[in-house]
Amino acid sequence: MAADTLILAAVALPVAAGATVALFHRSPNLREAATLTAAALLFLCVAALLPTILAGGRPALRLFEVLPGLELAFSVEPLGMLFALIASGLWIVNSLYSIGYMRGNNEAKQTRFYVCFALAIAAAMGIAFSANVFTLFVFYELLTLITYPLVTHHGTDKARSGGRIYLGLLVGTSIVFLLPALVFTWHVAGTTDFTPGGILGDKLSGFALGGLLALYMFGIGKAALMPFHRWLPAAMVAPTPVSALLHAVAVVKAGVFSVVKVIVYVFGTETLAAAENTDWLVAIAGFTIVAASVVALNADNLKRRLAYSTVSQLSYVVLAAALLAPLSVIGAALHIAAHALGKITLFFAAGAIYTAAHKTEVSQLDGIGRRMPWTMGAFAIGALSMIGLPPAAGFVSKWYMLSGAMAASHWPAVAVIAGSTLLNAGYFLPIVYRAFLRPASAEDALHPHGEAPLPMVIALSLTAVGTVALFFQPDVPLALARQMLGGMP
Amino acid sequence: MSVAAHLPALQVVLPLAAAPLAVLLRNRTAAFALVLAATWAAFAISVLMWQQVAASGPLSYALGSWPPPWGIEYRVDALSALVLMLVSGVAAVVLPYCRASIEREIRRDNHYLFYAMFALCLSGLLGIAITGDAFNLFVFLEISSLSSYVLIALGRDRRALLAAYQYLIMGTIGATFIVIGVGLLYLMTGTLNLADMSVRLQSVTSHRPVLAALAFLTVGISLKLALFPLHQWLPNAYAYAPSAVSAFLAATATKVSVYALLRFYFSVFGEGAVFKQLPMAEFMLVLALAGMFVASAVAIFQDNLKRLFAYSSVAQIGYIVLGISFDSVTGLTATVVHLVNHAVTKGALFLLLGAVMAAMGGVTLARVRGIGRVMPRTTFGIVLCGLSLIGVPGTAGFVSKWYLILAAMEKGQWWLVFLIVLSSLLAVAYVWRFVEAAYFRAPRADLAQVREAPLALALPAWLMVGATVWFGLDTSVTVGSAARAAAMLLGAVP
Repeated sequence: MAADTLILAAVALPVAAGATVALFHRSPNLREAATLTAAALLFLCVAALLPTILAGGRPALRLFEVLPGLELAFSVEPLGMLFALIASGLWIVNSLYSIGYMRGNNEAKQTRFYVCFALAIAAAMGIAFSANVFTLFVFYELLTLITYPLVTHHGTDKARSGGRIYLGLLVGTSIVFLLPALVFTWHVAGTTDFTPGGILGDKLSGFALGGLLALYMFGIGKAALMPFHRWLPAAMVAPTPVSALLHAVAVVKAGVFSVVKVIVYVFGTETLAAAENTDWLVAIAGFTIVAASVVALNADNLKRRLAYSTVSQLSYVVLAAALLAPLSVIGAALHIAAHALGKITLFFAAGAIYTAAHKTEVSQLDGIGRRMPWTMGAFAIGALSMIGLPPAAGFVSKWYMLSGAMAASHWPAVAVIAGSTLLNAGYFLPIVYRAFLRPASAEDALHPHGEAPLPMVIALSLTAVGTVALFFQPDVPLALARQMLGGMP
Repeated sequence: MSVAAHLPALQVVLPLAAAPLAVLLRNRTAAFALVLAATWAAFAISVLMWQQVAASGPLSYALGSWPPPWGIEYRVDALSALVLMLVSGVAAVVLPYCRASIEREIRRDNHYLFYAMFALCLSGLLGIAITGDAFNLFVFLEISSLSSYVLIALGRDRRALLAAYQYLIMGTIGATFIVIGVGLLYLMTGTLNLADMSVRLQSVTSHRPVLAALAFLTVGISLKLALFPLHQWLPNAYAYAPSAVSAFLAATATKVSVYALLRFYFSVFGEGAVFKQLPMAEFMLVLALAGMFVASAVAIFQDNLKRLFAYSSVAQIGYIVLGISFDSVTGLTATVVHLVNHAVTKGALFLLLGAVMAAMGGVTLARVRGIGRVMPRTTFGIVLCGLSLIGVPGTAGFVSKWYLILAAMEKGQWWLVFLIVLSSLLAVAYVWRFVEAAYFRAPRADLAQVREAPLALALPAWLMVGATVWFGLDTSVTVGSAARAAAMLLGAVP
C-alpha cells in the first residue's frame, strides 16, 4: 500500500472499528473481536510505515484547507512514528485487558466504552501524524472530548465531579493558552507546519518568544505541567483500562509528544537555545517532578499514587526537551516509549488487584504477591522502570536524559533527575516489599482469591516483557529519536 | 428583459405575494405548499444572485424602472448577497419543519395565518438586506417586526403574549429611533438612496444633525439586534415563541439588524466618520465585552434551555459587534463570518430544542434530564451545536473565533485575546450544564418512554447541524464571502 493510504488507514481504522463495535452491540463476543481485529490491523498499518521513515522518507497526506494557508494535513516524522507505534501496539494489549476487566467487573455500557475507546485511538493517531499545529490542535481537542465519556463512565456524582475537573482543565488550558498560541504562530510565521529547525527563526525574540513558549507549554494541559496537573488524578475515577491506556499512554503521551514536537519543530532547539526567557521551563518541569513525587509518596490510594507518578514522569520529558541538549532531547523521546510500557504495566496490575481482590489502597496489599505472583512480578518490573534501574526500559531513557543534562552542564537538572530517582524508589519499592515480604493480614485469609482473569494476566505479562525487552533492544526508538534531530548522536 | 434580470425584485416579491394569497386560500395545506414554493424559490434566487455577485460584482435593480436616486434601488453586493442567502436558506430549512412542529403548538385553524405571517416576515427580512433605500429599509423592518410580533404571540405558553408585547414595545421604540435617524439624514442630504446619501454627506457642513442621526440609528438598530444592554426583549421572545419561530428568528432577525448597522456605518456614514472622528469603536467594544460576559454568566444560571440559549445569543452578538469595533478587514470578516456561523448554529439548536419540546412537553433542565438515554441523536446534535458555541475546532464557531482572535492580535491587544478566550469558557459552563443533565441523570419516570424525534423534525434540524459542522471544515463560501464583504465595506473594492 502507498504510504498516504496507510496514514489515512491509521486514522480511519479506529473510526471504522468504533462503528463496527456499535453495530455488534448485541453480541459481545463479536464486538470484542472487532476491537481486537482493528487493533491488530492498526498496528500492522503503523508498522508498515516504519521502514519508510527509517529510510528517511516523510510521507504526507493533505486532506483539505480549512482557512487559507491552514490545512488539515498529515505528515509522518520519526517522533510521530514512535508515538503511533506505542499507542497502536499497546491498544492491542489493552483491548485484551479491557475484555477481562470489563467482564470481570460487570461494568455497564460496555459498547459505549469500546466505541469511545476506538475513537480516542483515532484521535491519538491524528495527533501523532499531524503535519501542523492546527491539525494537532483539532485532534487534541477531539481526544479531550472523546475521553470525557470514558472518564465519567460510571455516571456517579464522583465521576461527574472528576469529569468537571478533567474537562475544565484540559479544555480550559487549550482554549485560553493553546488557541492564542496557535493563532499567534500563524500570525507571525504565516504557517503552522512542523518543520525541522522550527518556523519561528528570527521572527520572534525576547519576551514574545518566551511568552509564546509559555502559552504552548501551559496550553498543552495534557502534559500535566504544574499547576495544571489536577485533571490527571481526577481522571482516575475512570475504569482502570482507561487509566492504563489513556492516562498512562495515549492522552498524556499526546501531551508530552506535543511539547517535544513544538519545541523541536515549531521553535527549533537552536532558536530556543539562543533565546533568553526560556530557563523557567526547566525550573517548572523540575519542580513538577519533585512536587508530584512527594504527593505520590503520601498517597495511599494505588491509582492516585500512580497518577502522581505519571505527573512526575511526564515532566521528565518536558525537562529533558527543555534542556535542549541533543542527548536529552533523545532521552525525552525515549522516555515517551519507556514510560508508556512501564506505566501501563503498573496500571494493569492495579486493575488486576481491584478485579481479583477488590483492593484499592496500598496499605491493603500486604502479602498479595503470594496470591498474585504474575501480577505483582509485573508490577515490580514496572516499578524498576519508573525508578530507572536496569533491566528495565526506564534506565535507558534516564541515562540519556542525565547525560544530556551533564553535557549541558545544567547541574540543577542533574540534581532533580538524580534526586527524584530516590523519591521514585521511595514510593514504589514499599509496595513491592509489602506484596512479597509482609504476611497477609488475618482478615485476608477469610477472602481467598487468586490471579485476575486470564486475559488480564496475559496483558500485563506482555507489557512487563516489553519493558524488559526495550532495555535490551532500544534500537528502533533510538533510531527514530536520532532521526528527529536530523541524525545527530 | 428576461426573468433573470428581475431576480432582485422577485427575491422580495415572491414571499410578499405569497402572504396575502395564503390568507385568501384559508387552507393550511394549500397555504403551506404556496409559502414553501415561494421560500424555496427565494432561496434559489439568492443562490443565483450570490453567484452573479461573486463572479461579476454588485447588481443594481431600479424598481419600476425609475433610475436611482429618484426611484427605489435594490442593490446586491457581496454582503447583501450573503445575508440574503443566509435568511432565505434558513427559511427554506425551517419551513418544512414548521408543518410538523406547529401541529402540536398552534391551533389548526390558525395554521394558514401562521404561514402568511412567516412569508411576510421572510419578505421583510429579505427586503432589509436587498434595498438600497433608507426609507424602504425602514418599511421592511416594520414588516418583519410586526409579523414577528404575531409569530411570537402564537406561542402556546401564555407568557408568549407578554413576551410579544415586550418585544412590540421595545421594537417600536427602536423603529421610531431608526425613522428619526433616517429623517434627519434625509433632511441634511435630500436623498433616501443610501449610496447617494453617502456621497452627499461629504459636502454637508453642519455636523450636529448628522451626529444626531448616527446616534438615533445606532440606538434604534442596537435595540433590534439586541446589543447588551438593549437585549431585554430577546430571552422571553425566544423562550416562549413557537419552536419553529424561535429557530427562524434566532437565526435571522438579529443578523439582519447587524447587516443594517453595517450598512449605515460603513456604506452611508463611512468608516472614517464613525470610527476616526467619534469614539464609536471604544463604545462598541465596551458593550460587546459586557454582553459577552454578563449574558454568558446569566445563561449559566438559566433553567429553561430556550432561555439559556437565548442569553447565549446575546453573548454571541457581543462577538459580532466586537468584530465591528476593530474597524479592520479581519475584524469585519470575523463579524460577517460569525453572523453566518452563529445563525446556522443557533438555528440548528432551536430546531433540536423544538423536537425536544414536542417529545417531552418542555425544555427545562429538570424535565430534560436523562434525555441522552431516550433521545440520543437529538441530544448529540445539541451537544455538537454547543461545541460550536464554545468554538471547538471542526465546528463553525471555531472559524469565527479564529478571526476574532486574529483581529485582536493584529491590533496588538493581547488583553482582548484573553478576554475572548475566557468568555468561551463561560460557554463551556452553560453547555456542560446541559450535558450533565442529559447524561448523568435518570429520565423522569413519566418521560422514560419518550421516543426519538420524528423524521419531519429531525431532518431539517440535522441539515442545520450538518451545516454547523460543514462550515467549520469547508469555509470557502462563508469566509470567502465574508472577506469580500469586509473589503467592500472598508472601501478596498466596490
